[in-house]
Amino acid sequence: MSVRQISIFLQNTKGRLAEVTRLLAARKINIRALSLADTADFGVLRIIVNDPDACLAALKESGIVAQETEVLAVEIEDRPGGLERVLAVLDAAGLNVEYMYAYVEKAKDNAIMICRIDDRERAARVLVENGIGTLTAEALTTL
Amino acid sequence: MIWNPDCETLDRPGLNGLQGERLGRLVDVLFRRVPFYRRKMEEKGVKPGDVQEIGDIAKLPFTTKDEMRDVYPYGLLAVALPEIVEIHTSSGTTGKPVVDAYTRCDIEVWSEVMARTLSAGGTTRHDIVQNAYGYGLFTGGLGVHYGARRIGATVIPISGGNTKRQLAVLRDFASTVLTCTPSYSLFLAEAAREEGLDLRGVGLKAGFFGAEPWSESMRTEIESKLGALAIDIYGLTEIIGPGVATECEHQDGLHISEDHFYPEVIDPLTERILPDGEKGELVITTLTKEGTPLLRYRTRDITYLDHSPCPCGRTTVRMHRVLGRTDDMLIIRGVNVFPSQIEEVILSVDGVEPHYQLVVERRDQLDELEVQVEMNEKLFSDEIKGLEKMERKIEADLYAGLNIHTRVKLVEPKSIARSEGKAKRIIDRRLE
Repeated sequence: MSVRQISIFLQNTKGRLAEVTRLLAARKINIRALSLADTADFGVLRIIVNDPDACLAALKESGIVAQETEVLAVEIEDRPGGLERVLAVLDAAGLNVEYMYAYVEKAKDNAIMICRIDDRERAARVLVENGIGTLTAEALTTL
Repeated sequence: MIWNPDCETLDRPGLNGLQGERLGRLVDVLFRRVPFYRRKMEEKGVKPGDVQEIGDIAKLPFTTKDEMRDVYPYGLLAVALPEIVEIHTSSGTTGKPVVDAYTRCDIEVWSEVMARTLSAGGTTRHDIVQNAYGYGLFTGGLGVHYGARRIGATVIPISGGNTKRQLAVLRDFASTVLTCTPSYSLFLAEAAREEGLDLRGVGLKAGFFGAEPWSESMRTEIESKLGALAIDIYGLTEIIGPGVATECEHQDGLHISEDHFYPEVIDPLTERILPDGEKGELVITTLTKEGTPLLRYRTRDITYLDHSPCPCGRTTVRMHRVLGRTDDMLIIRGVNVFPSQIEEVILSVDGVEPHYQLVVERRDQLDELEVQVEMNEKLFSDEIKGLEKMERKIEADLYAGLNIHTRVKLVEPKSIARSEGKAKRIIDRRLE
């Protein structure tokens, strides 16, 4: 049910993000979704890519600190109130969303949100029980 | 075990009386025989008669390493050259070497204080001392050698290096005491493990480690890998070599043989003498030295003194393990801070590696200290708040431990420049 996300530690210096994207481009790694969270000192770049193993290997070789995190790819109806419904379900179940960001492509008519939720397995179960779909890694890559 | 109870457990009035007497004699000799000191005393307006008791030491001039270099090689000799039986020098890596010339009597004193040192860690005539300090101009090898001989222990003068032979000797001769630098002891333990030899099984009971700075966590590691007591010893070529101070079995500060080496701790900037517990620069006067005696030698080592009684029974003052060098000292908003203290705090945080840098800046007339800590796989968390929490935790630990406000900043691995050997730890932008 879950999807592999790669989180990368980046110092807040000029051109650092471009260096990382250049590295991934050189290895023909395609970024499918991305979010950048930052503080005054540093940032954490979170990405979903077509080939997580190759991506991690490339980062490690370059001495970049990266980590793999399992996240959920949640299908959301692409209409007003779509996201609200998902969050209401999670909230009712007492689940916290650590962060979320949008996926580039859509699954049929639905938008996709990448979500990090504190109890991932229970969250996936609760969503399914409420008729909200989550995508597997395979499903995501074939979009 | 106390080697010389008469001297090492002398009460304070007795000790101070002895020190005053010896200082008076020393000042007299220096004034008459060493033009370098005569000039310095005249500049300060002090005459031999002005020094009657140990408290009068404050009237006397200091001696620095640079001054010693200026009068290289024989400028500090207080006796005629035929009286000298041995000469040692420092390595001279940072300039001209400094010279320590010993009379027969100086070698006797050296043997005595090193016998005290080795006894304080439990060495007796039944022990086999594997002496892996270098023999030669370096004082470590011969200093330990003389002390072990004085006790009547069996010395194996293997000197430094040749790890394979060190291990063979340890195993075959069943050495019970090891003397070397602390880092070499760990290197030996590692090499032994690769050869399938567990050093905990060879019967070592104590190790005497000095000549480089080390920490409490390193002691724990050495003791667990050697299965032996790890004793911190202190000395320097300028004063005599090893033998100036040693820990006892309680491992809580180093007892200074203050009947021979009178210690003071001063503020390195104002030269004010500091009370017990206050950190500053260690200053030593060689009360009994004949060959090249020194008045108030500024060691550049940072420590503090403790005159409280030690459970071992020795009455001699204790110095805290060396905290750093004055060359590295930072003054942040009036508080003295040493990189070693900051290192100790940040390394106590799980997962932090010893790659850090200190950046000092002045903003709006106030000093700010930024502590940059390199990120690594173990520390990294996907969540920003987890990382920020870690920054705040290190800041809180530094405040609790050192009473200074810092700003901790996580930086990328390898972003702190690695130089050959010593890392550049401090960037002081206040000087720019």
